[in-house]
Amino acid sequence: MAQTAPAAKATKVTSVNGKAQGSKELTFSKEIYMRWYEEMLLMRRFEEKAGQLYGQQKIRGFCHLYIGQEAVVSGTMSALEKGDKLITAYRDHAHAIACGISPNAVMAELYGKIDGSTKGKGGSMHLFSKEHNFFGGHGIVGAQIPLGAGIAFADKYLGTNNICVCFMGDGAVRQGALHETFTMAMLWKIPVVFVCENNRYGMGTAVERTTNVPDLYKIALAYDMPSAQVDGMECEKVHAAMKEAADRARNEHIPTFLEIKTYRYKGHSMSDPAKYRTREEVDEYKAKDPIEHVEHTILASNFATKADLEAIEEKIKQIVEASVQFAEASPFPDASELYKDNYMQEDYPFLMD
Amino acid sequence: MSEERIIAYREALREAMVEEMRTDPTIFLIGEEVAEYNGAYKVSQGMLDEFGAKRVIDTPIAELGFAGISVGAAMNGLRPIVEFMTFNFALLAIDQVVNSAAKVLEMSGGQFNCPIVFRGPSGSAGQLGAQHSQMFENWYANVPGLKVISPSNPYDAKGLLKSAIRDNDPVVFMESEVMYGDKGNVPAGEYIIPIGKGDIKRSGTDVTIVSFNKMMKVALSAAEELAKENISAEVIDLRTIRPLDFPLIVESVKKTNRLVIVEESWPFGSISSEITFQVQKYAFDYLDAPIKRVTGKDVSLGYAPTLVEAYLPNVADTVKAAKSALYLV
Ligand SMILES: Cc1ncc(C[n+]2csc(CCOP(=O)(O)OP(=O)(O)O)c2C)c(N)n1
Ligand SMILES: [Mg+2]
Repeated sequence: MAQTAPAAKATKVTSVNGKAQGSKELTFSKEIYMRWYEEMLLMRRFEEKAGQLYGQQKIRGFCHLYIGQEAVVSGTMSALEKGDKLITAYRDHAHAIACGISPNAVMAELYGKIDGSTKGKGGSMHLFSKEHNFFGGHGIVGAQIPLGAGIAFADKYLGTNNICVCFMGDGAVRQGALHETFTMAMLWKIPVVFVCENNRYGMGTAVERTTNVPDLYKIALAYDMPSAQVDGMECEKVHAAMKEAADRARNEHIPTFLEIKTYRYKGHSMSDPAKYRTREEVDEYKAKDPIEHVEHTILASNFATKADLEAIEEKIKQIVEASVQFAEASPFPDASELYKDNYMQEDYPFLMD
Repeated sequence: MSEERIIAYREALREAMVEEMRTDPTIFLIGEEVAEYNGAYKVSQGMLDEFGAKRVIDTPIAELGFAGISVGAAMNGLRPIVEFMTFNFALLAIDQVVNSAAKVLEMSGGQFNCPIVFRGPSGSAGQLGAQHSQMFENWYANVPGLKVISPSNPYDAKGLLKSAIRDNDPVVFMESEVMYGDKGNVPAGEYIIPIGKGDIKRSGTDVTIVSFNKMMKVALSAAEELAKENISAEVIDLRTIRPLDFPLIVESVKKTNRLVIVEESWPFGSISSEITFQVQKYAFDYLDAPIKRVTGKDVSLGYAPTLVEAYLPNVADTVKAAKSALYLV
């Protein structure tokens, strides 16, 4: 059995042309660096805009920003293959955009407009796109863990050779559903990669206050599931760990649990003043900013010039601005939409009184 | 009643817990973010400071586990107050509420009781999407062994929560995110409100409107509107859902001969369904019109404002229902 790369090895992944937690040397091309840069910058600028718009009450309800965590999604996407599936919780804007949902459709969804990715029905927490293999944005902490395994179960059953990457927070690993799912995922050899985005807090609760085993990758040990702790501030390390896990899922049908250590710069949601942590702690992570890290490598390796990157910045600014225009122009769903999409049966007899 | 003292719904709930915890050391509060964060909705603000970490306990996000641990503690001499961040998340714990808390007294032949309160906000709270907008009063009310409370204002919230904490049976106590800031008169002195008693919030003679929790606002506003057209509505606040004060409703219907029920949740198998059965059974001859109800629509509630507006019961629909019970529309 392909047993675990223990965390001690995994955390040794440090160089830019990273070593995976196994032995393979990985080097990344200019194309991949440019893709990471552009993709993460889009996520960042898009969400900065979303934050502003929330302040203007254009976006309502619960809105959770991903700023700071971008390398987790970007490093994952570059390691996956066409047809692989993603599922996550409510902090889902970046996952949706990386899967290929247009910023226009995501922004319109945040506005609750009919041209949004779920017609204004899901909002920020429930982005979905069947077309882009994005199985959603889920609001009940941990609920997506069994769903992710089930999606991968279906791919194996159907013989597609695709896998599912199932994201969850550090808070979510405390749900019983994780443990039930890990048991069956190993027992049935389901091609799934579980990713815990450990941003150190579940709402206001620090990981150390939820467990006596703060190294979360160790959860998998009880199931004999391969696992590793990964630095989530660098795309290279995420990619390397994800590639190895994805290969194992795809080729051997063995699940992996990756604890990816990351950080959210903003509060839990727009209404959280985040008093439970210090300014210094936030700054410590900002000093390791994933976008700046990639930018640095790009410039140091002469993959692009400062002017090239400024042009990309400008292009992204336009894309984000266009998404706002698009969302503004789109209408809210008509009230009659309430009765649509509840059943596949078209003439379902709803109680009307 | 002592002199006027205006406090918020969340403060009324906090006072009930604090006062009871001061007199009974077996009571503790447990839930997500209740201690160091001072409550996701600040209901438990300051309680960690007063009672310490032994009695105000933060949990991991593990609803089934901490609900079950609390039920076990209740079987063995403690009196837990379990806060669910919202009742949407309590669905993960409903097994322990229904299969353990509600049944242990019966299964043990009366040996083990379960004095526990499960509390938290219920219902929609703006544009939160389908998973964060649900109201489950009727689900819990269906279960023998449980009592269910759903108060509409600070005064009732405090008096009923104190009763719930003192009660020797498991009580499910359902609040509202959007009412936590509501202010109301709550006397400084000690009082309790008995479980199982509804309250006539406005007397009237032409039509009875029954509601609970935040839909009481709709019911009372509708009564105001009706009054402008010289229609006198009696408005009953259920306050307790199980046991439900059917006699109060039946007496009112015997006077007004017409009944409208306003309920935030879905229509199928709802509180309004049960009231309708009881009223047709016990006041059939007094009814001058079919019973009307205004409920949430029979669908999952989407995020867009247009959907929220179309989904929720409103004043206009309630006025229309009352008039239709009076054959005026
Ligand atoms: C079952 C359930 N319980 C509680 C909540 C409320 N809640 C929403 S997010 C959250 C914290 C989750 O933290 P984590 O899993 O670390 O994810 P992060 O927000 O850090 O991405 C909580 C308690 C919920 N949505 N679902
Ligand atoms: Mg977290």
